[in-house]
Amino acid sequence: MTPSHHPVRDLLLAYAAGTLPEAAGLAVATHLALCPLCRAEVRRLEALGGTLLEQETTAPVSDGLLDAILAQIEEPAPLSLPLLGPKPRASAGSPALPEPLRSYVGGDLDGVQWKPVVRGLDEAPVRVGGAAAADAATGGTRVRLMRVRSGVAMPRHTHHGTEMTLVLAGGFSDQTGHYLRGDFTLTDTSVDHQPTADPDGDCICLAVTDAPLRLTGPLGRLLNPFVRF
Amino acid sequence: MAGPPISSAASAAGEDRAGTGRSAESAPESADALLLRVGRERDRRAFVALFHLFAPRLKAFLCRGSLDAGLAEEIIQEVMVVVWRKAGSFDPARASAATWIYTIARNRRIDRLRQERRPEIDPDDPALVPEPEDAADFALMREDDRTRLHQAIDQLPPDQSDLLRMAYFEDKPHSAIAAERQLPLGTVKSRLRLALVRLRTLLGDEA
Repeated sequence: MTPSHHPVRDLLLAYAAGTLPEAAGLAVATHLALCPLCRAEVRRLEALGGTLLEQETTAPVSDGLLDAILAQIEEPAPLSLPLLGPKPRASAGSPALPEPLRSYVGGDLDGVQWKPVVRGLDEAPVRVGGAAAADAATGGTRVRLMRVRSGVAMPRHTHHGTEMTLVLAGGFSDQTGHYLRGDFTLTDTSVDHQPTADPDGDCICLAVTDAPLRLTGPLGRLLNPFVRF
Repeated sequence: MAGPPISSAASAAGEDRAGTGRSAESAPESADALLLRVGRERDRRAFVALFHLFAPRLKAFLCRGSLDAGLAEEIIQEVMVVVWRKAGSFDPARASAATWIYTIARNRRIDRLRQERRPEIDPDDPALVPEPEDAADFALMREDDRTRLHQAIDQLPPDQSDLLRMAYFEDKPHSAIAAERQLPLGTVKSRLRLALVRLRTLLGDEA
């Protein structure tokens, strides 16, 4: 089954052009693993990049550049060490978490250490970027897995910034639709919603937010100063 | 889906036809053929020809951003070394040489400018949902589509092709492009969308 909710084309274009920050790129690339349609679109957008490169004007390069390159290719290639160590494999069958997410999480879903947030909602942070990048470069971006127990309704909320959500297991519904594995949504300040997990199992999502959520229900407004998820 | 793809038939195979665009046309041998020879025969002359074809374009491409010439050339050096080492994995059925080299340059730029990794799928991942076998939407780009893509880009209105080049060649989010062109972000996004829709129309999307 292929997803029915996809990243908007701006996001696919920015991914193909290499201008999407790593956290957003993680959500898009993980959707791509589950969506052959968007993979094909990214290939076409990359072909567009290649064509633009072919059409590019030329700028003179230094005289010594070619010699420097020819000298370097004479040297043996350095051993390339994988940045993340060996890729975690699922013990049996098809993993619930596709790459590249599985490597970022450090294993499949069964190894995730969940932390309770509110009743029926757990989360686990996903580390993106180096230690230095964590705060400065990502500018408050948070990446985490969320688990909503089956049938549980999240508090009604809107967003100061944007939130990308990718469903990994189960499903949820809100005013905008019904979302299942592989489905991708991008919500912003215009969306005030109350997602509810499907009744037939826990809903697990990858969430990338660039600002805290803002609760909008009557109780939520009171809780805003205290809740951070 | 956010919208239909750029062209319903998409990329591939075969050799880049000489004279398909304003670029590579002076080359007696297509970029695809050169890159294949580098991969299969470790042919240094083919590699040097690729350098002459692509290094000046990569330099112009990289210098469109705020990159200084020295850093641009360091990145070009890294790109060409990767081209030499990985040429064996080039598959003209999947992408043209220009597209293959473009993706290497894009990734090196991310690495050098942002010190970030680029999250990418693993084609061998058992969790990857495979392509349906017979769907036209998943077909790779044919050679004549590439020629038409060149022509279609040439026919874009200047305000759209300007933004498209910025979106690809400058390491900037769409919001920064908007600031630089003194346009609302919504205008930048809608012009980029229009450009993609127009490319698709010019390519005669049969879908």
